[in-house]
Amino acid sequence: MAVDIRTFDTFPKLLAHHAQVRGALPAIREKDLGVWQTWSWGRFADEVRALACGLAAHGLQRSAHLAIVGDNRPRLYAAMCAAQCLGAVPVPLYQDAVATEMAFPIQNAEIAFAVAEDQEQVDKLLEILPQCPSLKRIYFDDSRGLRNYAQDSLTSYEELQAIGREFDARNPGFFDAEVARGQGSEPAAMFFTSGTTGNPKGVVLTHTALIDRAQAAAVMEGLGDSDVVLAYLPPAWIGQNIFSYAQPFVTGYCICCPESAETVMADMREIGPTYYFAPPRVLEALLTTVSIRMEDAGSIKRRMYLYFMDVARRVGAKILDGESVGAADRFLYRLGDVLVYGPLRNVLGMSRVRVAYTAGEAIGPDLFVFYRSIGINLKQLYGSTETSVFVCIQPNGQVKADTVGPAVPGVELKFTPQRELLVRSPGLFKEYYKNPQATADAKDAEGWFHTGDAGYFDPDGHLKIIDRVKDVGALTDGTLFAPKYLENKLKFFPYIREAVAFGHGRDKVCVFINFDIDAVGNWAERHNLPYTGYVDLASREEVYQLVGECIEKVNLDLSTDPELSNSQIHRFLILHKELDADDGELTRTRKVRRGYIGERYQQLVEAMYAGRDTVHVEAQVRYEDGRTGMVSSDLGIRDAKTFAPAAAKRAA
Amino acid sequence: MSGGRKIGEVILAVEEVSLAFGGVKALSGVSFDVREHEVRAIIGPNGAGKSSMLNVINGVYHPQQGTIRLRMDGQLREFHDMDPHEVALSGIARTFQNLALFKGMSVLDNIMTGRNLRMRTNLLLQAIRIGPAAREEMVHRDAVERIIDFLEIQAWRKTPVGRLPYGLQKRVDLGRALAMEPNVLLLDEPMAGMNVEEKQDMCRFILDVNDHFGTTIVLIEHDMSVVMDISDRVVVLDYGRKIGDGTPAEVRANQAVIDAYLGVSH
Repeated sequence: MAVDIRTFDTFPKLLAHHAQVRGALPAIREKDLGVWQTWSWGRFADEVRALACGLAAHGLQRSAHLAIVGDNRPRLYAAMCAAQCLGAVPVPLYQDAVATEMAFPIQNAEIAFAVAEDQEQVDKLLEILPQCPSLKRIYFDDSRGLRNYAQDSLTSYEELQAIGREFDARNPGFFDAEVARGQGSEPAAMFFTSGTTGNPKGVVLTHTALIDRAQAAAVMEGLGDSDVVLAYLPPAWIGQNIFSYAQPFVTGYCICCPESAETVMADMREIGPTYYFAPPRVLEALLTTVSIRMEDAGSIKRRMYLYFMDVARRVGAKILDGESVGAADRFLYRLGDVLVYGPLRNVLGMSRVRVAYTAGEAIGPDLFVFYRSIGINLKQLYGSTETSVFVCIQPNGQVKADTVGPAVPGVELKFTPQRELLVRSPGLFKEYYKNPQATADAKDAEGWFHTGDAGYFDPDGHLKIIDRVKDVGALTDGTLFAPKYLENKLKFFPYIREAVAFGHGRDKVCVFINFDIDAVGNWAERHNLPYTGYVDLASREEVYQLVGECIEKVNLDLSTDPELSNSQIHRFLILHKELDADDGELTRTRKVRRGYIGERYQQLVEAMYAGRDTVHVEAQVRYEDGRTGMVSSDLGIRDAKTFAPAAAKRAA
Repeated sequence: MSGGRKIGEVILAVEEVSLAFGGVKALSGVSFDVREHEVRAIIGPNGAGKSSMLNVINGVYHPQQGTIRLRMDGQLREFHDMDPHEVALSGIARTFQNLALFKGMSVLDNIMTGRNLRMRTNLLLQAIRIGPAAREEMVHRDAVERIIDFLEIQAWRKTPVGRLPYGLQKRVDLGRALAMEPNVLLLDEPMAGMNVEEKQDMCRFILDVNDHFGTTIVLIEHDMSVVMDISDRVVVLDYGRKIGDGTPAEVRANQAVIDAYLGVSH
């Protein structure tokens, strides 16, 4: 089943291979006008050919860059491949980035050609045109609203293809010769990492790196051309790109593009993917939806759900791992499967899922076990843009909640004395674009990539990651302070959406909290607490109590760990606004930018450490349309209950 | 805003229309015209006669005096005592201020009802859904899906309309009117009861409809800022009389209009 990746060493060659061997099988589907429209591998190859010839006719050179801005759309994936056919390098950009964020990558890579999904993306590109003199042409997929745009630089996808077909007819051998010229060692794509500080860095990955890692994971999981994947995360993120571009090109499986971001749940039910990826955030949102709906269900259904979920928690994961379980429990689980787990998997669209991955951040043990216990083979993996994702994967039957599994074949791992993880693998990036200093810092002479993650191996040889090396700090008394570890522990509570911990160089730990408006809103309704929205709830004493209880549980847990018992959380406040990527407080992959938040809300941090009970705040917020406005309010600061380490020893 | 859109000739002319309910004069001697492809607004304070005017055009009310002429087959023709069904057949569609959707039916089915006028097969064939009826349904379903796509309501395609928030119901109402593929679209307070974001969305859709399909739009609204932003020309009514007519800038400068909105001491 696996293709020979030495012969087919570039993506265009793989495409030609699939068009030949499985030309009629579905390659990519998109729901359009309410109907799933399918491109076979043969059609995909035709689209790419016309597009590539069009780009060539317009002057796209080998090793030039092509920006691709938009959601998961067949035509945008075709554009990626078209650029690769010509030896050019596609640069996918985040579709929800504001215009100014797009300027840097375009200037950095001197991009002359861009393919945009629709009017929204075209508007953004036109907006930054004055700052990006290199940008010459913009192609668009969806012409809606663009009819009256008079700019000469705009060309529709159809026009480009028409130009391409004509060019192809005039230069018959051109396309095949260009594809044949491609080498595996050439750059295949460039991904800009969101970067928690400074400008993003362009990570250059070669065909060989991406194809090798895609193949290694596909072989490990036995993926083939009958598998189906739903592509619903931003294609500019390496994870989505691996699952919806690199791996289908290696295995020949079919990817499906949802109709819109709002229809993902329904589309997933219709498609029934067999191979699934979701960051913990998405899994959590799904579980929250399920829990809220169950709380609103009739009492019989609710009791049945609670009873069988209890059974699943006890034995479900063991059954999935093939461990021995008593006959009575086995029978109960089977019954539960008919009554609860099966229908639940169906509602989630996961009835056919064989392999599901989660990665990107730590996943709460309860959340992880929930999915496994209802029979979904959810596993963790570890990787980053620089490593073409696959570094560690949990093999079937060896799945744990707190590790990310052993190294994938081909990968070598070791640690520095500071516990920083180093990786060497065929999937490593070539360089950071135009940034030899950063490349040298990240990849040493022997080819080891410094991940910046701190961790260790557990007794079974599974990798365990605790935090970023640079974020691990210390309190004034010398206690280890791992902010992300604390924040994650807080975020595992459904009521808490984001947490930001402060403590490095201080005498105690204090946190900012963003609660989850859905979960807390529902809680408020059940407790007859009327409210108007987030800001209103954030000022309620009842909500402070609710959050305080969560923190108390974390503190109790921390107090049992001799290393961390002094890093219990002493004070907290609930932020007046939700942290937002548009305000620069989160990265596009929704990781908190702790340093930036610390500066921006310095006044609040100081108020917490000064022992005050309230603080007045005025903050600038940026609306989705780019305008800015001011929000002002008084925030309460509360003390959290902490536990003496001695008391914890008695309890333990 | 209007690069490719050409405002054409008069498509609808209202001449000296008067309407009274018993002793109450809802409209007295109102005249104005609507040109092809334009966005024409009718504004005025509460009780000015805006909805009555729309209902007259729509054929719900028959005016005691005056005439209404509509461009059909290239020339303006007077229409007398047409009922709403006939008006609809002549290419005029409308939405309602208080929504008149089928709450228990899905979004898809609600918009499909807008295709009713264009269905040719009979009820019996449609009921058993064979042959020409099935083919016809495919064609109409395609048209409905294009509207769903246009209005970005794919996620609620199969949701009963009664369960949707108000702003979305308004969009479905617009979708149903669009399903008729009208030449003239009458919108009765499309922005009423909406928040700022919903209003912005609705404005965008109205302009898109106008731009994309070239539909002539007559809208009633009392949110002045909205009207001024999206209309080509504005008629101002007060106590059933026309007190202003012209571009938004002209109307804004008109003393009678300012008085009507801000009130003057008599």
